[in-house]
Amino acid sequence: MEPIELERIARQIRLRDLQAVYEAGAGHIGGEMSVIDILTALYFRVLRVWPDQPKHPERDRFVLSKGHTACALYVTLAKRGFIPEEEISTFLQPHSRLNGHPNNNKVPGVETNTGPLGHGLPVAVGMAKAAKLSGAKYHTYVITGDGEMQEGSNWEAIMAAAQFGLDNLTLVIDHNRFQQGAALADTNDLAPLRPKLEAFGWEVTEINGNVMNEVVPALEYRGSRPHCIVAHTNKGHGISFMQDRVDWHHKVPSREQYDLAVAELSEAI
Amino acid sequence: MNAPVTTAKLHDCRDAFAATLEKLATNDETIVAVCNDSVGSSKLGGFKSKFPDRLVNVGIAEQNMVGVGAGLANGGRLPFVCGASPFLTGRALEQIKADISYSNANVKLVGISSGMAYGELGPTHHSIEDFAWTRALPNLPVIAPCDRIETAAAVEWAASYDGPCFLRLSRVGVPDLLPANHKFELGKANLLRDGSDVTLIANGTLTHRMMKAAEILAGQGISARVLNLATVRPIDEEAIIAAAHQTGAIVTAEEHTIFGGLGSAVAEVIVEHAPIPMKRLGVPGVFAPTGSAEFLLDEFGMRPASIAEAAVAVIKRK
Repeated sequence: MEPIELERIARQIRLRDLQAVYEAGAGHIGGEMSVIDILTALYFRVLRVWPDQPKHPERDRFVLSKGHTACALYVTLAKRGFIPEEEISTFLQPHSRLNGHPNNNKVPGVETNTGPLGHGLPVAVGMAKAAKLSGAKYHTYVITGDGEMQEGSNWEAIMAAAQFGLDNLTLVIDHNRFQQGAALADTNDLAPLRPKLEAFGWEVTEINGNVMNEVVPALEYRGSRPHCIVAHTNKGHGISFMQDRVDWHHKVPSREQYDLAVAELSEAI
Repeated sequence: MNAPVTTAKLHDCRDAFAATLEKLATNDETIVAVCNDSVGSSKLGGFKSKFPDRLVNVGIAEQNMVGVGAGLANGGRLPFVCGASPFLTGRALEQIKADISYSNANVKLVGISSGMAYGELGPTHHSIEDFAWTRALPNLPVIAPCDRIETAAAVEWAASYDGPCFLRLSRVGVPDLLPANHKFELGKANLLRDGSDVTLIANGTLTHRMMKAAEILAGQGISARVLNLATVRPIDEEAIIAAAHQTGAIVTAEEHTIFGGLGSAVAEVIVEHAPIPMKRLGVPGVFAPTGSAEFLLDEFGMRPASIAEAAVAVIKRK
């Protein structure tokens, strides 16, 4: 699928995600809008996955370590055929399998349970190492938030990935510059990320993570070392009043804001 | 009923663990050992020389170690994740919860040197909270074998079981207690000695002390039943309730704090199903002073003679 078509799908996913968060009255909309272009590129172009065989041994592995943006993953999985699209309306409802963080035992396509931060990358290292041991050809992708990189477990995993020579692992850092309470720069700033990852033996690519023409080739790149994509993104991307505003980490739009956001996203489609 | 077998020779259960793992790995190429620089203390040297590619040493990084274990399982490997129990369970508890238990990853967690095995090294190195932490998690069998025979049997069982589990091993020598052909059954207590006046329940390094306590009690005309309760979760409610009804008094002993461990697990069953007098022996909610594991068990009232005294006292409360 070509980037222009991927952009169209990403806008549809944004619109459905916005509606789901608005109707549920909860969610992490800012970080969902920032990561949706990457999720779209993965599921509609890059990942070798088969929705009717979610446990196929040769499937590419994908881990959404920033599990609080689960709604964006659910909408993407539904659009790709892993779960029924109509099920998105159950997001956060009692007994729905679509809770605030993804559950691999209930939702096809989810590989491991994330939610507490700093968990996805170590598991992804294990997945990539397993392929090295068995000779499997699948590739492992993991997306973390940028604030999440403050968790020390990530750096344990980054060390191990380099030591193990995991050229079959791609880490995407959704670098939207905001964490829950404030900007990274005002909290525990990790920027610039590139030299830190390079110092740990990784190959690093920096892209605009909200531009499909940059996202796709970065995800498809294969090198000889573990690969980190520092994806510069905008929290709340696509919705003017949310963009780069820390309070939209997990705020829910009012009726007026919702209508405005729907209008903006629909116009783009 | 298993025939009580005791020999004086003491064995380090890590040797049985390592030998069994190597044997299984010879026939199952998916088995991998994951460790945190603990090749020596986990006795993985033999595994490393036989299967160098299948020894995944992540360095001193327990959170990553457990996460990597979950990922290896996702990729079709059968990982035994080994580390000193205080660090495996304490440092990586959230990984054990989210990546292993909640994610239902087919990972075998192996806590080495549990309890007060690192006695003189002090409370930072004691693992006397690991039963409490791990048995609070759903979907995670918690198992503390009492001798090398049960250790080997439990490792074989773990390899064939489709799901996560936590094996709590020690390095403190223990005698053989179970018959050589013992087969491990999850959630089943082993009746090592029958009796009618009191039941002594333990696992791990305490079971053989219970056997000695029962001999002391026999000398006083008291008939003590001894149950080896390796599986702390899921617990053998049937055996505990039967012991309560048939002997009317229970003493538990564990190389663990008395808050939340084996004694607590037994008490939960007793209180709900068959209230009787009971005494929990273990570390009484303190950080232990300096001393070897054996010294500390004695210090905290788990010398066989002290256990017998506790049994006499609890019988008087009937």
